[in-house]
Amino acid sequence: MAEKKEKTPRQAMPEQDPQVRRNNFDEVPLGYSPETAQLEASRCLQCKKPSCVSGCPVEIDIPGFIGLIKEGDYSGSIAKLKEMTALPAVCGRVCPQEVQCETLCVLGKKGEPVAIGRLERFAADMAREKGDQTLPAAAPKTGKKVAVVGSGPAGVTVAGDLILKGHDVTIFEAFHKAGGVLVYGIPEFRLPKAIVQDEMDGLAKLGVVFELNQVVGRTVSVDELLEEYDAVFISVGAGLPSFLGIPGENLIGIYSANEYLTRSNLMKAYLFPEYDTPIVRGKNVCVLGAGNVAMDSARTALRLGADRVRIVYRRSREEMPARAEEIHHGEEEGVEFYLLTNPVTFIGDENGRVKSMECLKMELGEPDDSGRRRPIPIEGSNFELETDLVVIAVGAGANPLITSTTPGLEVNKWGYILAEEETGKTRKPRVWAGGDIVTGQATVILAMGAGRIAANSMHQYLTWGW
Amino acid sequence: MFKILEREEMAQGTVIKNVIEAPKVAARAKPGQFVIIKANETGERIPLTMADTDPKKGTITIIYQVVGKSTALFKSLQVGEGYQDLLGPLGQPTHIEKHDGLVICVGGGTGTAVVHPITKGFKEEGNEVVAIIGSRNKDLLILEDEMTAASTEIKVCTDDGSYGHHGFVTDVLKTYLEGDRKVSLVVAAGPVPMMKFVSKMTEEFGVKTLVSLNSIMIDGTGMCGGCRVSVGGKTRFTCVEGPEFDGHQVDFDELTQRLSAYQQMEKEAMEKFDHDCKIGLNK
Repeated sequence: MAEKKEKTPRQAMPEQDPQVRRNNFDEVPLGYSPETAQLEASRCLQCKKPSCVSGCPVEIDIPGFIGLIKEGDYSGSIAKLKEMTALPAVCGRVCPQEVQCETLCVLGKKGEPVAIGRLERFAADMAREKGDQTLPAAAPKTGKKVAVVGSGPAGVTVAGDLILKGHDVTIFEAFHKAGGVLVYGIPEFRLPKAIVQDEMDGLAKLGVVFELNQVVGRTVSVDELLEEYDAVFISVGAGLPSFLGIPGENLIGIYSANEYLTRSNLMKAYLFPEYDTPIVRGKNVCVLGAGNVAMDSARTALRLGADRVRIVYRRSREEMPARAEEIHHGEEEGVEFYLLTNPVTFIGDENGRVKSMECLKMELGEPDDSGRRRPIPIEGSNFELETDLVVIAVGAGANPLITSTTPGLEVNKWGYILAEEETGKTRKPRVWAGGDIVTGQATVILAMGAGRIAANSMHQYLTWGW
Repeated sequence: MFKILEREEMAQGTVIKNVIEAPKVAARAKPGQFVIIKANETGERIPLTMADTDPKKGTITIIYQVVGKSTALFKSLQVGEGYQDLLGPLGQPTHIEKHDGLVICVGGGTGTAVVHPITKGFKEEGNEVVAIIGSRNKDLLILEDEMTAASTEIKVCTDDGSYGHHGFVTDVLKTYLEGDRKVSLVVAAGPVPMMKFVSKMTEEFGVKTLVSLNSIMIDGTGMCGGCRVSVGGKTRFTCVEGPEFDGHQVDFDELTQRLSAYQQMEKEAMEKFDHDCKIGLNK
């Protein structure tokens, strides 16, 4: 029987043609049809002890939701997903399944694993398209109140979990829209904003209150929240852009990835002048860094009309931290890779706009602390690279806004909040934290995993007092 | 929505004053801090230093010059209407303390609105505060009465001599710097060239000077770095570390360039806005 099942190959998901999509902001993968989804779902062996689940930071019942798709019970499938995740449509799109659930799938040992992410996306999209409003059942009200600071993946996971456990939850968000990195960071063509909004609306229907335009640390302090709420969860993200600290960095046309993506995504500068926020549209773009944020920036630049977009990275292709799928998508669309290259100076024109950067060629030496081979500059290899737009995507640091205004909240030497790994508890009583403000820049799903852990600990505290 | 309770056109309609209902912000705002406002769904986030606050009434006052599409859109908002989004108070408050010498607050154009609460704050702290305010001509002068009340001494200048001293605020400032009374601190807000020349002059006299910068921003919480400015050779973020910096350390030329980043697009947006107004699309 098992042999017969393996004969069905892993189902591909149709995508927009690279030459077409590099000119629009519509979503790149188009999703499964019901027929394809059922076929893919039929590949799942329904293991009694499913190893895929242990690869999921929020422990979704993977065989469970896939089995329901196979039976055509889409509404049951989404209900099963929502038991464990507040963001199925998001996770189905942006999780690195290839290093989590799918890498543990038994089918992967001999062939290709079940396309768990694509099926999750399918179930969520079907529910949304059909207007399926199935809400998971919530426990009776406990009368306890929780404040969540930041509406990104960690925050909404805590909110979703605790509201279902009967606690009142209010989310404080600094921006005018909820979703955190899902709305300001990840571009429309990877994660349509209507989908994020839909997931936020789902939480609101469950009773989660969103307080937008509230900067905790400025508008209200954590200590003030503790007067009104029984517990506080801090998930404000990393939120401090890293710059290179080299001459010319403040020239016009040099953006942090945070600014570039926020202008385009949250403020919809790609729709200027219909939307009022402007953005520099480069013709010859260099993106510094090679992680997922760099890929998002590069692909955004193409869609904003660039003729040429280069990823400039000081190490080699092997060390690029972006997901293979993102690199592949970018390459298909025409993003070029300029490897073993490191800028040392930005050069501007008479109006203070960047026109080129002086770079050094690099070579790889011995592995460094990160285990990757250390890039070493080759002396005298200086050369000039023309560019009219530079996006710096070399990571982010800890934004001190909340930690510096909250006495008792301890941070490590990089400014990230100290929180217990098993509980998310900080050193400050009744305060938990999770996501990038604890771990440093990571993925959506890891932040959600941290949210799940903290929510369990918070629930224990709210129920039993510890 | 953040409702507009009062609206006044100043300086022949080129400057608008709004009193806005924002009780939470009013309750905690301090002199020198700013808010970010956004008119509607498609709007831009614009940082504006508060000109006044009234914690009892739960209101804040903003005063802005109509310079482009976004401020033209703000201008079209009437009493009873309002801003979709308002965030604040942001930035570091002015460090207000008692000085043994004069505190001089210099305001040029709408910069006068920025120095107004600061002037008031220093006076309430028991300082002798000189206000020097200027504009191109008499018609464009704003807040003369308010600044008179907020200070212990006031000097008015106009570029064309149509009112007060004929000349720049720096001319009047110089008379104080050269005068007998000790000057402890100068605070300046206004067009970048004005802040630059004020800072140059006070540097010669060795008088500490704070300038309030109006960098371009998005989030206002230190996340995007769009508002970065060079101060003493170091990159600082206006939104969280400012908006006030040591005027003797600020790279004003770089600031001027960065403020011009979107000039062409701003023009395009304004032309479209004017056109849409004429054919009634904005109704």
